[in-house]
Amino acid sequence: MQIIGIWVAAFLTLCIYSFLYKDNPLYRFAEHLFVGISVGYGIVLSIHQGFLPLAWKPFWEAITFQDTSGFWVIIPIAFGLLFFARLSPRHTWLIRYPIAILIGYGSGLAITNVLRANIFEQTRGTLVPFGKMTETIAPNGEIIPALTPFEIFGAILMVIGVVCTLTYFFFSVEHRGPIKGMSKVGIAFLMIGFGSAFGNTVMGRVALLIQRVDFLMFEWIASIGTIFSWIF
Amino acid sequence: MFTRLVNLDRRYIFILVALAVIIPMLFSVNLPVSVSEPTLNLFNYIENLPEESTIMLAFDYGPSSLAELNPMARAVLIQCFRKGVNVIALTLYADGTTLASTLIKEVAAEENAVDGEDYVFLGFRPGDIQVILGMGTEIAGVFETDFSGNPLSEITMMKDIVNYDQIDLLVDLASSATPDAWIIYANEQYNLKIGAGVTGVMISEMFPYLQTGQLVGLMSGILGAAEYENLVGVPEKGMQWINVESFVHLLIVLLVIIGNIAYFVHRGREET
Repeated sequence: MQIIGIWVAAFLTLCIYSFLYKDNPLYRFAEHLFVGISVGYGIVLSIHQGFLPLAWKPFWEAITFQDTSGFWVIIPIAFGLLFFARLSPRHTWLIRYPIAILIGYGSGLAITNVLRANIFEQTRGTLVPFGKMTETIAPNGEIIPALTPFEIFGAILMVIGVVCTLTYFFFSVEHRGPIKGMSKVGIAFLMIGFGSAFGNTVMGRVALLIQRVDFLMFEWIASIGTIFSWIF
Repeated sequence: MFTRLVNLDRRYIFILVALAVIIPMLFSVNLPVSVSEPTLNLFNYIENLPEESTIMLAFDYGPSSLAELNPMARAVLIQCFRKGVNVIALTLYADGTTLASTLIKEVAAEENAVDGEDYVFLGFRPGDIQVILGMGTEIAGVFETDFSGNPLSEITMMKDIVNYDQIDLLVDLASSATPDAWIIYANEQYNLKIGAGVTGVMISEMFPYLQTGQLVGLMSGILGAAEYENLVGVPEKGMQWINVESFVHLLIVLLVIIGNIAYFVHRGREET
């Protein structure tokens, strides 16, 4: 059974890589199969791991009076079902209610937390190194050593990068004179960032290739030997 | 020659890359791997946890990213099982459910870890943010049972665990934006310590969180996996693949240099 799995995986891998030569029916077959299986798998798992335990079970227990505390679940289920109103042109407007709840709930949760995590914390992180230029003593008596010259250089460089990059995205004034110079420095920082991201992406993509080649060489080709040993 | 290089069929490049992968793999070359600070910080954080501590391990990736993240997951699980740190595993990614379940069982069998005593696999629940926030109040409110259907209240390891207050660290192994969600909702709202292992594509986005301490440590792509295997002392796929990766990177750098030279020479000739 395991051998069959290895051969199916190897066949589909080769079908996908055949696209490197040119587009062909085998590639499209493997691609459509992958999309179909992924969607089907996702739907089944969402029903079994989401809908059944979180909605259906408490609802059923409530209406059969096994556990009446589950009655509150009827409210979100009812709002959730309104998403299907989209299927009826006469009742499409009902979809506004679950969408309004989702947007209100999502924004309320996100705004404060995102501000704290991504704006306030990042601003603090950018400035905190400047408080460590000299040796300091923490409230618990621990001595925090001063930053090394290289770390100080890094801290200054980071502030320059943040200010110049933000200046590049500041469109309320014309980019002339010192603003133009700063925004050009900002572009340089952006380019370095994109270069780093691209390098990391290459590393990630190559890792995927290596994993598949490893599979083909050490599992698929090895399985050919196993099959031969069965036959002879 | 430069004109031919500029118009070179890209399929020759594919053949070169394939050879750069296959040849080092056949000869199993071993290059030294140094450990970066973010990976070391994550390793040390788990290493310094007392025995019987509990960490959460989120398998937030699917089959398309397992090359980079499975070796990380394996190394972290081995470290935890050997140290006696309990693991609560879960996934916010439907595709990750079977991958996580298979890998945990495999490593647990190798390390003699017992389901329900040393680790629990909760499975998958849809709705990232709702799941993260829900577990902050009560884990059993979101996952009433583990993936095998055992009620959490009957699992020995979960006896004293109610919510994030009893969790010492969450390690998110991610191929999408889930570390942001864990940081924004679990770290900011519930002060849960977060570590991450991410695919190469996401590394740059994660570094700002290291600087602020919102991430205690980070494993970066296949390199991070190799570094972690090195630290745990179990050189496996991550270490093997990073050696092969180095040869491909070398080839890509050479191709970029040759491509640029050919382009500028060709352009210069066209202008004259």
